[in-house]
Amino acid sequence: MLRLRFLWLILALVVVSALFLTLGAKGSWSFTLWFRGQKLASLLLIGGAISTATILFQTITHNRILTPSIMGFDALFLLILTLMIFGMGAGGYAQVPKVTLFLINLVLLTLASVALFTLLLRDQRSDLMRMVLTGIILGVLFRSLVLFIQRLIDPSEFAVLQSASFARFNKADADLLLVSAVLVCLTWAAVWRMRHRLDVLALGEVLPVSLGADPRRGQLVVLMLISVLVSVSTALVGPVAFLGLLVSSLTYRVIPSWHHGHILPAAILIGGLTLVGGQLVLERVLHFETPLAVVVECLGGLVFLILILRKGST
Amino acid sequence: MIRIRNVSHQIAGQTILQGVDLDIQQGGLTALVGPNGAGKSTLLSLLARLQTLQSGQIEINGQDLQQISHGDLAQMLAILPQVLTSTHRISVEDLVGFGRYPYSRGRLGPKDREIVAEVLESFELQEIKHRFLDTLSGGQRQRAYTAMAWAQDTEYLLLDEPLNNLDIAASRSLMSRLKSLAVQQGRTIVIVLHDINYAAGYADHIVAMKAGRVVTNGPPREVVSEAFLRSVFDTDARVIVANDRPLVVV
Repeated sequence: MLRLRFLWLILALVVVSALFLTLGAKGSWSFTLWFRGQKLASLLLIGGAISTATILFQTITHNRILTPSIMGFDALFLLILTLMIFGMGAGGYAQVPKVTLFLINLVLLTLASVALFTLLLRDQRSDLMRMVLTGIILGVLFRSLVLFIQRLIDPSEFAVLQSASFARFNKADADLLLVSAVLVCLTWAAVWRMRHRLDVLALGEVLPVSLGADPRRGQLVVLMLISVLVSVSTALVGPVAFLGLLVSSLTYRVIPSWHHGHILPAAILIGGLTLVGGQLVLERVLHFETPLAVVVECLGGLVFLILILRKGST
Repeated sequence: MIRIRNVSHQIAGQTILQGVDLDIQQGGLTALVGPNGAGKSTLLSLLARLQTLQSGQIEINGQDLQQISHGDLAQMLAILPQVLTSTHRISVEDLVGFGRYPYSRGRLGPKDREIVAEVLESFELQEIKHRFLDTLSGGQRQRAYTAMAWAQDTEYLLLDEPLNNLDIAASRSLMSRLKSLAVQQGRTIVIVLHDINYAAGYADHIVAMKAGRVVTNGPPREVVSEAFLRSVFDTDARVIVANDRPLVVV
C-alpha cells in the first residue's frame, strides 16, 4: 500500500513539474526551460528543505504541532541578517558576495540555535509545554528586535533588508541556489543515514536512553541539521511560517508509518508538490497576482488551528 | 551484581536520596517498595542513567556505571518507565523489534527476528502482533512494552511500577510471567511496586525505602511484618502467612 502511494506521489510530482516547465510557454524554448527550470529547482529544494526540517523537529520534540519556524528559527536567521546589515551598512553589505554572507549567516544561526535550544532542552527536557512557550516567546522577541533595528537603520539599508526578509518564491539567486542545493543534499544524506536512530528518538525521553541511542547527542545533531535547512530556505525565499506544518500533517496522513525511511522521502515529495503545484495553479491556471506564500500561509495556518482545536477537544 | 555506594541525590534543593548503600544480587526478582516519595523511581532512573549521578558511586558487574558507553549499557541494562506514551501508530511486532536496536541499529537480522518471534511467543503476543498500540487494552500495552524491554536481552531489567492501571488478572499474569522468565533465563529484574502484596507474593528480595534511605533488605518472609508496615508505611495492618509467603490483610 505504501509503495503504491509513493508511486502516486512521484507520478504527481513529475506531471506537475512537467506542466510547470511547459504550460503556456511563449517564445524561445531554451530560454523558457532554463528560466523556469531554475525556478522549479528552487521550489523543489525549498519545499524539501522545509518539510525535512519540520519532520526532524517534530521527531525530537515528540510533538506534531511544533515547527522550527513556530519556535523562531527563521526569526533568528532574520535577526542575524539584520544585525549584519546594521553592522556593515548597506554599502558594505552589497560589496560582500551573497554566498559568503549566506555562509556566515548559516554558521551563526547554527551556533545560536544550538546554544539556545540546548539550554532549553537541558533545563526543560521533561517540560515540553514550557519549552514550547519559551520558544514561541523567543520567536516574538527576535521578530520585535528585527523591527526595532529596522527603525534605527537608514532607508537604503532598510530597502536591502526589506527585500531579504519577505517570502518570495519567484526570484532566487543562481549562485545561492547552487550552494543551497549542495548543502541540502548533504543534509539529506546525513538524515538518511540516521533514519533508524530517528525512529528510536521518536519514542520519547526514556526509551531511547534504554535502547542506547543517547537522545542528547541525537537532539544536538538534529538541531544542527535543522539549522542548515532553515538557513537555506530562509535565505532563498524568506520566512514561511506554516508550510512545514501543512506538509508534515499531510505526510502523516498519506504515509501512516513510523519509519523515518518512509516519512522523510514522502515529506520531501509532498513539500515539492505543494510548492510547485501551488505556484502552477496560481500563476498559470488562475492567473492570480497573489503571491504563493500568502496562500500557503493561509492554508497552513488553518491546519495549525485545526490541529490545536482537535488536540484541545480530545 | 549492582553495587550502589553512598548515593545521594537532590532535585531543586529537595533531598530525594540520602547516602543509599545497596547491593542488588544477580538473578531473580528484586522488588523496591516504600511510601510515595521515598526515592524508588529516582534510584531506578540513576541506575539506568536517565538522570546524572550527583554523588556516590554505582557499579554494574564491577564496572563504573559512568564509564560505560551508551551502546554497551543498552546491552547490559534495560529500563521501562512508568508512563508509556507513543505518538506513533506502531504495531506490537515493530515495538518488540525496537528492543533489538542495541544490536541491530535498526536493521533486523535473522537472529533478531528469531528473538522477536520467541519473545512474542513467551509474552503471548502472537495473536495481536499486527495490532497497533493505540488499539490495545492497558494490560496488553504494558505486556507489549515489557516484551520490548525483554527482547533487549539484557542481564538487568528495571521496571518502574509496571502494574499501574492493570487489573488483577493482568497484574498476576505479568508478575508470574516475569518471575518464571527470570528464573529460566537467569536474568535480574528490579521492579518498583506499589502493592506490598505483589512484592511479597512474587519477589525473591524486597528492598524497602523510606525518605531517601534503604531501611530494610531481604527475602519477603524476613522483611514483611506488622512492625515493618508500621515503621515504613506508618500503617497498622495485620500480616498473615499464606502459601509460605507473608500476606498483608488490607
